[in-house]
Amino acid sequence: MKSFSSDAQAAIVERYPSHFRPDWWSRAKITIGLGTAVALFLFGIAQLDIPFHRLSDGMARLGGFLRLMLPPDPGSWAEALKYLNALGETVSIAFLGTLGGALLALPVALLAARNVVANRIVHFFSRRSLDTIRGVDILIWALIWVGVVGLGPFAGILAVICSDFGTFGKLFSEAIEAADKNPAEGVRSAGGNHLHGVRFGLLPQVFPILLSQVLYYFESNTRSATIIGIVGAGGIGLQLAEQIRVLEWQKVSFLILLILIAVSAIDWISGKLRFAIIGRRAVA
Amino acid sequence: MGRSRDLPIPALEKSMRTAVPEFPEARLQELADRYADAVAAKRRRVWLGSAVLIAAALAAGWMGDVDFRKFAENFWRFPAYFASIAPTFSFSSAWNDLSEWLWGLPRWTLLLGDTLLIAYMGTLSGAICGFVLCFLASANLVRSRTIVFVTRRLLEFCRTVPDIVFALIFVLAFGLGPLPGVLAIAIHTTGALGKQFAEVVENIDNKPIEGVAASGGSWIQIVRFGAVPQVLSNFVSYALLRFEINVRGAAVMGFVGAGGIGQDLIEAVRKFYYSDVSAILLLIIVTVMLFDFITERVRHRLLGLEGTGA
Repeated sequence: MKSFSSDAQAAIVERYPSHFRPDWWSRAKITIGLGTAVALFLFGIAQLDIPFHRLSDGMARLGGFLRLMLPPDPGSWAEALKYLNALGETVSIAFLGTLGGALLALPVALLAARNVVANRIVHFFSRRSLDTIRGVDILIWALIWVGVVGLGPFAGILAVICSDFGTFGKLFSEAIEAADKNPAEGVRSAGGNHLHGVRFGLLPQVFPILLSQVLYYFESNTRSATIIGIVGAGGIGLQLAEQIRVLEWQKVSFLILLILIAVSAIDWISGKLRFAIIGRRAVA
Repeated sequence: MGRSRDLPIPALEKSMRTAVPEFPEARLQELADRYADAVAAKRRRVWLGSAVLIAAALAAGWMGDVDFRKFAENFWRFPAYFASIAPTFSFSSAWNDLSEWLWGLPRWTLLLGDTLLIAYMGTLSGAICGFVLCFLASANLVRSRTIVFVTRRLLEFCRTVPDIVFALIFVLAFGLGPLPGVLAIAIHTTGALGKQFAEVVENIDNKPIEGVAASGGSWIQIVRFGAVPQVLSNFVSYALLRFEINVRGAAVMGFVGAGGIGQDLIEAVRKFYYSDVSAILLLIIVTVMLFDFITERVRHRLLGLEGTGA
C-alpha cells in the first residue's frame, strides 16, 4: 500500500470510481442492524434489571469458589466409587435413551418423509407432532416421567427417549427425503411393491447416515443426561446438584472432571465408530 | 441399444442370450462361493454387532434400574397426567373457560419476554466471545501450537459443562435472578459457537490470508480482511441456530432460580396446579416453534445469499 505514490492512487480512484465510492445503503444497513442489536441488549439490561454492582461482587465470590475447588477431591474412596456408579448410570441413561428414541423414531420418520408416504395429511400431522415433542425441553420431560415412574435413572431414560424421539424423527425424515430415488424406482420397475422399494431401495442408502446421527447424539445425550439429575432423574447430575447446594467445592470439581473425561471418551469412541461406518464424510 | 429395440421378440431373446457371457461351470462355482462368502461375512458382522448392542443394552438396563414391571404398572399415569393438565372446556362457556385457563397471561407473557431476552443477551455475549476466541483456535491462522491447544481445551470445557450447571453455581455467586442465567448461557454459547466458528475458519480459502500477509498486514489485519469476509454469513447462521437452542435452554433456567418462565413452570408442576402447567407449556412450545420458524427463514436467506456469491 505504501509504495503507491499519491497521484498514482488518485489515478486508480479516477479509473474505478465505483469501487471507491462509499456504498451508503449497505453501510446504513449494517449500522442499523448493529444499532438494533446493541439497543436490544441495553433494553435487556434495563428490563431484566441487571445489577452491575452484583457483577463485581459475584466475580469475587466466584473466584473464591474456584480457589476452593482446587484440587479436585472426592473426599474418600467410598465417595469416589459412589460417583463412578452415578457416572455409569448417566452413561446408561444416555445409551438406552438414544437407542430407544432412535428405534421409536424410525417408523414415525418414515411416515413423515414425503417420498415414503405421499399423503399430505399424514405428513403434516406427523411433522407437527414431532415439532411439539421437540419444543419441550428434556428437563420438563424428566419432571413428567419422575411423576410417573418415580425418582431414579429409569425416569431419566424415558425422558431422553421422549426428547430424542422428536429430534431423531425430524433428522431421520430429512435424511430419508434427501435420499436418491433411483434405487427405489429400480426395485419397483423390477416388480417390487412400494414396501419393497422402501426396504431394498431406500433403507440401505439412508441406514449409515441414520446410524452416524445416532452415534453423534449419543455423545450429546451424555451431556444432557448429566443435567436431568437436577430434577431427580438419576445419574451424576443428582450428585452434582447436591454437592453444589452444600458447597462442597472440591467434590463439585471432581464431579465436573469426571463428566469432562466421560464425555470426551464417548466423543472419541463414537467418532471412531462413525468413521468406520460412513468414512470421512461430513455428517449433516 | 437402439437397434435391439427394433428387433422382433424371438430375435431379441436370442441376441440377449449371446450377449450374456456364459462361464464354464468351475469358474461359475468359484464366483458363487465367493459371493456366498461375502454375504456370510457381512451377515456375521451384523450378528456380532447386534450381539454387542444387545449386551450393552442389557448392561445399561441393569445399571439404569430399568424395570418393565414398574413401567407397565405405572404407565397409565403418563396419559393420565396429560389428561389432568388438559384444561376443561365446555361448549356453553368456552370463552370463560379460556380466560380462566389463561388467567396469568399478562404475567406469563412478561416472563416469556424475559426468557427471550435472557436467551438473546446470552447468545450475543457468547457469540462475541466465541468470535474472538475462534481465530485463536484455528491452526491455519495461529502459528503457535500451544495457543491453539489451550484455546481449544478452554472452549471444550465451556461446551461440555451444561449451561444449567453453570447456572447452579452462578446463582450462588450472583444471587437469584436473570443475571446468572445470562452468564451461564453466555459461557456455554462461547464454547459451542467457538468450536463451530473455528471449524468454519479452518475450512476457508487460504489465498486471501496469504495475500494480506504478503502485502505486510499485521495479524489483526489478516483476520479482519482475509478471514472475516469469508466466514461472516456462516457465523451469523450458526449464531441464529444457537439462539434457537438457547431459547429452549432459557425456558428451563428458572428451574434453578436463574430467571425467566421456568420458575413459574416448576412451581406449577411441584404444587400440582394442573391447568397452569398446560398453559405455560403451551406458551413455551408456541414461542419455541415461532422462533424456530423465524430463525430458519433468516438462515435460509443468509445461506442462499452466500450461495449466489454475494
